[in-house]
Amino acid sequence: MCGIVGLLVKKPELRKSLGEMIVPMLIGMSDRGPDSAGLAIFTEMLDPSHRKHSLYSGDKEFNWSELLYKFQSHFEGDTEIDSQGNHAILISDADPESAKQWIKQHYSQLYILSTGRSINLYKDTGTPQEVSDRYHFKSLKGSHLVGHTRMATESAVTAAHAHPFTAGEDFCLVHNGSLSNPYEIRRKLEPRGIKFETDNDTEAACRFLEWRMREGDNLEASIQKGFEALDGFYTFLMGTTDKLALVRDAFACKPAIVAETDDYVAIASEFRSLAHLPDVNHAHLYEPAPEELYVWTV
Amino acid sequence: MDSVIFDLSQTPLREVNQFLHHNANGKPIKILNPNGAHNIAIGLDSPISVEIAGHVGYYAAGMNQLANVTIDGNAGTGVAENMMSGRVHVKGFASVSAGASAQGGLLIIDGNASLRCGISLKGGDIVVGGSVGSFSAFMAQAGRIIICGDAADAIGDSLYEAVIYIRGTVKSLGADAQFEPMSETDYQTVGELLAKAEFCHDPKEFKRIASAKQLYHWNADANQEY
Repeated sequence: MCGIVGLLVKKPELRKSLGEMIVPMLIGMSDRGPDSAGLAIFTEMLDPSHRKHSLYSGDKEFNWSELLYKFQSHFEGDTEIDSQGNHAILISDADPESAKQWIKQHYSQLYILSTGRSINLYKDTGTPQEVSDRYHFKSLKGSHLVGHTRMATESAVTAAHAHPFTAGEDFCLVHNGSLSNPYEIRRKLEPRGIKFETDNDTEAACRFLEWRMREGDNLEASIQKGFEALDGFYTFLMGTTDKLALVRDAFACKPAIVAETDDYVAIASEFRSLAHLPDVNHAHLYEPAPEELYVWTV
Repeated sequence: MDSVIFDLSQTPLREVNQFLHHNANGKPIKILNPNGAHNIAIGLDSPISVEIAGHVGYYAAGMNQLANVTIDGNAGTGVAENMMSGRVHVKGFASVSAGASAQGGLLIIDGNASLRCGISLKGGDIVVGGSVGSFSAFMAQAGRIIICGDAADAIGDSLYEAVIYIRGTVKSLGADAQFEPMSETDYQTVGELLAKAEFCHDPKEFKRIASAKQLYHWNADANQEY
């Protein structure tokens, strides 16, 4: 069992309250996922020459300013870092692949949570309340976000195994359910040079969909291919720079409910997480149908 | 009689359920702010009336006996599952497995029911005002399901003696389910259940789906393509 939450605000003036709105939703899914939690938030786009990398260190005493200093000495150019505890967002105009390689080479203890022009990603072990407090989720601002509370069923409880998973740039996915053919997917992708970071089944789905998009499919077409390739139970919620997308498996094994008003689209595994949203009593409430694709654009 | 009112944002659910089990003494109960909580009004065993003002989570009114539970909102997974008797009325829509394994009583859903509605039904009656999702009435053994709207895939798969009456269209019949002619008794049954649920459709608009009984016995000569 896991919990999924997602939120997209339709009015720019609500972007400043995104974090405040999501925290009760995330905490509402604590019973479904008490062991880890995570959130990917999509913010204003950086200009095309810049990328931001969300970085995670298991060690809370990590020296981020030293990393910044060494990074700047190597790449020169324009770099800044915004750190809190074991998490930091590194913004740089260095070539993203070279930057990632450099981080992996010099700081192998760091985990690169996400890369992109608009995504910031946070995930860690702990209850949703603890993780929300640790990274000040309440103060997050942005247009839309994807969140997850995890109850591990098939791989270890670590920050790396927590959701959201990412692949490529500005794409993330959270999953409630379990896949029965993640290794089949992996065997298909690895010979194409696609590298996996964990043994988690969700990572296989995430990398499969991102691979389809890199091959030229749009999000919708890649998900259609996913229906054929991915076997198992799932509700997937995905985020891109300007979209949220939701799908459920053919048997609707895992729950989802959507509340839509003039102000927002809110998605959760259960209504409990939507009950406290403003004006939810007048929202259009519905359960997404199985094997149907729901996409909302900012 | 005045209702006893509980507000679930103030009173713990366990306290409310204990009151319903032991102290209701026939008094009508109203529950405010259910906010999708699980297990509201489960295991009731006396003829009391309970009104829940809002949306409920999983297994609301599960295992109900004798009580009359009205949910003025939507219901999560497994509403009225394993009901023994009494009446459960969902005024909104119901999520998956509504009325699963119900042995008796009447479940009324004004809106749609999701997948697996009435799965393994064992004698209860279900009336759905809207449509039902795939695999509804799967392996239903006894009881009646009235569907005023449509059915998605595999309705009545592996049915035993339960009977389905449907007004709308069927996307696909499940294995061993078949349409059968309506008899006078069928029209009467549909009329009675619609009246109980306060839906005013003409029973003549309904079609009967029941088991072809081809799966009752092992057939070694079959090509096993079920």
